[in-house]
This record gives sequence, structure tokens and C-alpha cells, in this order.
Amino acid sequence: MDSNEPMLLLSSRIGQIGDLGLDLLWRFLHIVVSLFHIVSGIFEAIQSYAISLGLIQKYSSVDIEKLRCLAVVLDIEVARDVAKVVELLQWLKTIGVKQVGLFDSQGLLKKSKDMILEMVPGSTLLQETGEKDISPDRKEGIAIEFISSSDNKEAVVKAANILLKRHLKTSHPEKDEGNNVFTESHLNEALRVVGENVHVPDLMLVYGPVRSHLGFPAWRLRYTEIVHMGSLKYMRYGSLLKAIHKFTGVRQNYGV
Amino acid sequence: MVDQIRHMCVGINQILEQIHGFSRRCLFRVISMGPLPIHLAFIMDGNRRYAKKQDLEDGSGHKAGFSALMSMLQYCYELGIKYVTVYAFSIDNFRRKPEEVRSLMDLMLEKIKSLLDKESIVHEYGIRVYFIGNLALLSDQVRAAAEEVMQATAENSRVGLLVCVAYNSTDEIVQAVKKSCVTKLDRDMETIQLVDIEENMQMSVAPDPDILIRSSGETRLSNFLLWQTGSSQLFSPDALWPEIGLRHLVWAILNFQKSHSYFEKKKKKQM
Repeated sequence: MDSNEPMLLLSSRIGQIGDLGLDLLWRFLHIVVSLFHIVSGIFEAIQSYAISLGLIQKYSSVDIEKLRCLAVVLDIEVARDVAKVVELLQWLKTIGVKQVGLFDSQGLLKKSKDMILEMVPGSTLLQETGEKDISPDRKEGIAIEFISSSDNKEAVVKAANILLKRHLKTSHPEKDEGNNVFTESHLNEALRVVGENVHVPDLMLVYGPVRSHLGFPAWRLRYTEIVHMGSLKYMRYGSLLKAIHKFTGVRQNYGV
Repeated sequence: MVDQIRHMCVGINQILEQIHGFSRRCLFRVISMGPLPIHLAFIMDGNRRYAKKQDLEDGSGHKAGFSALMSMLQYCYELGIKYVTVYAFSIDNFRRKPEEVRSLMDLMLEKIKSLLDKESIVHEYGIRVYFIGNLALLSDQVRAAAEEVMQATAENSRVGLLVCVAYNSTDEIVQAVKKSCVTKLDRDMETIQLVDIEENMQMSVAPDPDILIRSSGETRLSNFLLWQTGSSQLFSPDALWPEIGLRHLVWAILNFQKSHSYFEKKKKKQM
């Protein structure tokens, strides 16, 4: 019995030393990852300044017509910095973006929408435009849409209830399989009725610590290119131009 | 003499494999000191481009892709990841050339049947397999094989493999809405709640993915898990799917570990 105790103590100590060793190795791995991010961040910053100064030829012109609808996803912490959001919108307007959807999950930007529209000259609130082209009067301005989580799953619930009511109106709802009511185009239309914009953004810029769409309306995300731009506080015009330029070079197969 | 050299090569190969496996397990032991994702999703993009790049015949890219998938599954389950979801075939892919669709379906049938083999990865890791998608769009043979595998693995509970076939997110949402409405009719209740749609989503068998990896550098989701990826970290390594390897998985997990506290804080705020 007595001889077991030192053995147990020894194996416990060895276990603790082993765990400490593993922990150190784990931290070392993470230091390597952080170093990689720092170095690539520095290169990216240099390239961005070069682009802003017009030193890199290929970014001097952007085929902005390809970008019909842009989405900007902002992390909640970032969305509180309205001044930076306004600056971003002014840059987008300068580049020639005509339509932008601003998303933050808690709707902080929705609450500040009047202030934002006032601070961005030439901006208008995007109304549901249906399938028609944007009128030529709005050529110079930028149309802004404010989106939050309530436009995601909750909107689908409202649209689902519209489809349910429609299905109940059919002569034999219990027997009817609902193939005439429950289709993608019907849900699309029901979302419009609920007041949602169903246009699919071509490009999404994510400002925040992580590349994630953070709950942007799922129904609209099908073929959207999602690009992580990093922190809004340290945003750079050159990086913005590069992201939009890269998008214009993308060719999608749409699964075919 | 030739036989001896051949035996020696096989022996060296086996030793290298053992060393590789041992190093991998050591690496996984180190990575496990941090939080691990519970659910990982993959968009297996780039098989056709790989075949073109390697100058292979049509269809070989998908075969190479399947081998890459088996390796990734092995790594994931070895590391202790509980659920893996893969985008095997989209509803949009039906619009490809009929010969290509047919050859893909044949490959899928062959590989689905192979999951039932005693030596398959399913038995090695105790995988419960789910086929998620509009299975009515598949041929009777493929659908029957898929249902057989789902039934045969229904008792497995260690880990899950969700294979999205004839799937897209918008179709999944519509089907969930339809099922919710039909259920409401049965119970004579008039309004649908979010919880009704969530429980009728086919992907509700697993929690939302922590990480989504799309190979071949494309940055879009192509109508995959749009509903479920609000809190997922997205990665787009440049490697084509058959070129995907352990380093891409490890990179994604290390970055996930860095952002873990961010997503935990976000989830707490939502509650």
C-alpha cells in the first residue's frame, strides 16, 4: 500500500509535466500562426498603400458595372463606429458603387440610418425596386439598405405564415401536397410581400475579426462572394479597391 | 533480386506510414489542448479542374476527390470532431451534361455501397451516415442505396457524417417551411414559429457548423448551409479538393481556436 503512493505521485507529476509540455507546444503553434498573420498583414498594408497611390496599374480602373449589389457586413462592435461607416460609404460612392446593403446582426445601423443618410451626400434609402432597373436620376448617388437579423430567419417565418394562409385557402388543404404553394419562387414572392429585399448581393465585404457572414439573410446569400476585410477601424481604401477589382475577375459556373 | 527490392520498398512505405500516423497523432494531441470544433463542413470544389490540370480522363478528378475525402474524414474523426458535412452534389449540378451527371451518379452509387463494407471508414469510426437533400431527385438505385446506408448506420452514435446530395439551402428552407405548414394543418394550429422551421430543417440532426472549408479558393457558399452558417468561420484555401491535406485542416482549426472566444461571446449575447 505504502509503495503505491510514491508511484501514483510520480505518475501524476509526469502527467502534469507532460500536459505542461503539450500546452507550451500548443502556445508555440499559435505564436507561429500569429506571426504569419502579422507578416501577411504588413505585406497587405504595403500593397494597399501602393494601390491607393495609383502605383499598381491593374487597380487603376475597375469595371464597376459588374457589381450591381454590394453587401457590407459589420461586426456589432464595429457597427457602433458610425463615423467610420460613413467614411466607408463615401469611399464606395467614390468608386462608383450604386447599391449597398449594410448589415449588423443587432440592427444598430438601422437605428442610426437617418444620421448616416444625412452624412453621406447623394445617398438615398433603398426601397424595394422590384425587377426594374434603377432610374437614371440616381446615377450619381448611392442607394443604401439597412439590414439586420430580423430580416433573416424571422422574415422567413413571416413569409411561411403567408404561404400557410394561402395553402389553407385551397379547397382541400389536407389532401393537397402543396406543390403549388410551397416552391422557391412562392417563398421569394412571400418575402417581398413581407417587405424584404430579395436581391442577391454579388459581393459581401466583412468588417470584423473573423470571416463569417454573421447571420446575413440566408435567402439572399446563394452566390455571393464573401471577402474578409479585417477591422473597420484600420480599413484601407486600397484594400477595398483590390477586393472589388478581384470580384470583377471572378467567373461563376453556378454549379453547371 | 527484384522481389527483394519490392519487399524492401513496401516495408519502407509501411514504416513511413507508421511514422506519418504517429506524427499526426502527436500533432492532434497538441492541437487538442485548445477548443476543438464540433462540426466541420466541406465544399468539395475543384475535382474537374484537378483532372484537367493533371491531364487525366473525365471522371478521374472525382475519384481523386473521393480519396481526399476519405483522408479528411479520417483526420477529422481521429482529432475528435463529432460531425462532418460534405457538399457532394448540388441541385444545380443536375444542369451539367447528362453524361457527366450519369458518371457522377454511378460513382456515387459505387461509393455509397462501399460504405457498407466491413473494412470501410464507417465501421472503423462508428459513423452514423445521413444523406441530406431532395433525395426524390435521385435515381431509384442511388436513393435506395442511400436509405440502406442510413438504416444500417442508424444505431451508430459516436460520430456523424452528413452527405449533402441533390441539396441546396434554398430548397432545404422551402421543404422545412412546407413540412411546418403541413404539421400545423394536422394540429389545427394557425401560425408557424421559428422553432417549427428549425426542427423541420434536414440539417437539424447536427448542431450548426463551426467551420466551413471550401477548396479551390472560391469565396462563395453556392447555396450550401446558408441558414446554418451564421456563426461559422469560413475558409477558402486555394488547393483544389483532391489536393486538400492535413495542413489545410490544421490551419483552419488553429484559426478557429483563435476566434473561439469571439463566437462564444456572440452566442452568449444572442441568448
